[in-house]
Amino acid sequence: MSASPARRFASRRGLLFGGAAASAGVFLAGCTSNDTGDDEEDSQQAPVAEESEGPPVTIGFAGPQADHGWLNAINENARSRAETYADVTLEITEGSNDTATQIGQIETLINSQVDVLVILPADGIALTQIGLTAMRAGIPVVNLDRIFDNPQAYRCWIGGDNYGMGLNAGHFIGEQLRDVQNARVVELSGPDNLELTGQRTQGFDDALANYPNIEKVARQAAEFTVESGQEVMSGLLQAQPEFDALWNHDDDQGVGALRAIDQAGRDEFIMVGGAGARSAMEAIQADNSVLKATVLYPPTMAASAIDLARALGQSRGVGGLAEFEIPSSITLYSAVVTRENVEQYLPTGFN
Amino acid sequence: MTHGATSEPASPSLDKPRPGAPPPGPAKRPAGRLLLGRLTDVHSVSLIGVLAVLAVIGAATKPDQFLSTDNLQLILTQASVIGVVTVGVTFVIIGGGIDLSVGAIVALASVWCTTVATQEFGMGGMIFTALLVGLCCGLVNGVLIAYGPMVPFVATLAMLASARGLALHITEGRTQVVSVESVLDLGGRDAYVLGVPPLVIIFAVVTVIGWVLLNRTTFGRRTVAIGGNPEAARLAGIAVKRQRLMLYALSGLCCGIAAFMLVVLSGSGQNTNGNLYELNAIAAAIIGGTLLSGGRGTIIGSVLGVLVFTTITNLFTLNNLDSAGQQIAQGAIIVAAVLLQRRSAAQHT
Repeated sequence: MSASPARRFASRRGLLFGGAAASAGVFLAGCTSNDTGDDEEDSQQAPVAEESEGPPVTIGFAGPQADHGWLNAINENARSRAETYADVTLEITEGSNDTATQIGQIETLINSQVDVLVILPADGIALTQIGLTAMRAGIPVVNLDRIFDNPQAYRCWIGGDNYGMGLNAGHFIGEQLRDVQNARVVELSGPDNLELTGQRTQGFDDALANYPNIEKVARQAAEFTVESGQEVMSGLLQAQPEFDALWNHDDDQGVGALRAIDQAGRDEFIMVGGAGARSAMEAIQADNSVLKATVLYPPTMAASAIDLARALGQSRGVGGLAEFEIPSSITLYSAVVTRENVEQYLPTGFN
Repeated sequence: MTHGATSEPASPSLDKPRPGAPPPGPAKRPAGRLLLGRLTDVHSVSLIGVLAVLAVIGAATKPDQFLSTDNLQLILTQASVIGVVTVGVTFVIIGGGIDLSVGAIVALASVWCTTVATQEFGMGGMIFTALLVGLCCGLVNGVLIAYGPMVPFVATLAMLASARGLALHITEGRTQVVSVESVLDLGGRDAYVLGVPPLVIIFAVVTVIGWVLLNRTTFGRRTVAIGGNPEAARLAGIAVKRQRLMLYALSGLCCGIAAFMLVVLSGSGQNTNGNLYELNAIAAAIIGGTLLSGGRGTIIGSVLGVLVFTTITNLFTLNNLDSAGQQIAQGAIIVAAVLLQRRSAAQHT
């Protein structure tokens, strides 16, 4: 666990700059820990690649800074899946949300001649060039989630379906409100400066267009954080004295949104979340709040990316998918998790 | 605030030019005071005017909702967390410094007080932890700046980086949900006292204490003095270094209070908490009439500044406008406030 790039980074900075702050807090450190006690293995699903051991492969993994539950789960999924293979060595760079820093990190991985690269770019468009550089250097790139601008910059793309998230959320809400006249729907979106937010909203609007009895009466953007979720949602609740359904793009900000809903004492609507956090799934299972479903954007895609990178490095196909080559593009399905199927998905929920 | 009585100057000594002392600072003080009085009046009155305009817009666009009790409670509640931070920052700026680390300290204090181990000690343990972490961070800032000596900008920038890093380290990117019922209840409707949410009461208490501290105590006079002219303040017998240390400690303590309030409000701790608080607090203080160069400012102005920003956010949400316009509006208000500040300063000189 101590190999986490984000954590290593953080603690080094802490030692450099905040040694004094840290030591001031030593008094507290003794009675403080973050052990949630359920650091379960994330590799419940059977690996999809060939099980038999092949030639050794060194995979370089460059992801963004894990300052969010989902991104943290991405890193953990990649690491734990790599550990299940005796023939895989994983080299992880420190995560960074800064484009220039991440380019430097990927260059380091290229220079150290890893066999395959798995890259989750902080910004897909900005990192396209470095993807091209790696491919030209003969290192195949598995592009994870945020897509490069040029198909030549990666050998294989695997990621979630943001448009599909919105679509499936919209269809679920549409079906739930099928018999409600003049139904009112509210959307609590992610940050508007991310392309994925626009895609999620577009999918949602397209789905709702199938239900003429439903009108989207409000849409406000939060920042994928609990704090912003609470703040924006409490405002939305004031603005909309009564509505029938809420779609919230992200389960992290959903913690704040649920808090605002609780504080306002409202429960006349159903809420659908996004991403698939464990806390959201547990709330759905308990069925004691407005949260009735969440649309998946599974972080297990990182584990699949490791499988694909290993197959690439060993020049093998992936069992059952193709005989000799792996596909060039894989889009995951954004399943809707409800009370009926939550037990099936609960193991994939992230903290 | 009583402390170190030995170096306590009789307060008039600040106002009297001492023979042989460098003339400009102390000699100008009475005029400065007078100007300060007028300036703050102009500012507070104009900010109340802005709030009134916003209220009219709100009442016109959303007549049923804007002036409802629920909504006013909401505006005050949302203002209270950043408001407490701003009170602390106002002291630092009046004292001639700057604190860029407040948002990061809020994040660190909030995640430290929501760790599983800390929650085992209940609400008391969580409050104690939040305040202690905030105070310690503030003390570190203060020691680096006063005795380091480091430029406030650099020292608090370093604290910004390291406190955020430590917060990320503690949470590992996860959201730490609060399970202590008494803490959660504090954010619920049942905790309201005479219709006032507890967080708003905390905000009001901090504001009143801040106002008294700044306007009615030696501590406040010393703060203004070291911000206006540190050399003159030193010659007047003020322990400038110790005063600086205490200002940053005060700011850190306010962050600790705000961190616990944020935990009550959001029911969780997250390393992204307090994002951009440093800039929002400085902006609120500036439009409230505090000079970024120090020596002048009011608590009331800062609190009104926070309320203006929070009300704008509320108006935009009520009318379902997007967040981009809101940020532009905030920028425009900052520019307008500073222009006003310059004009009124020019009129009085």
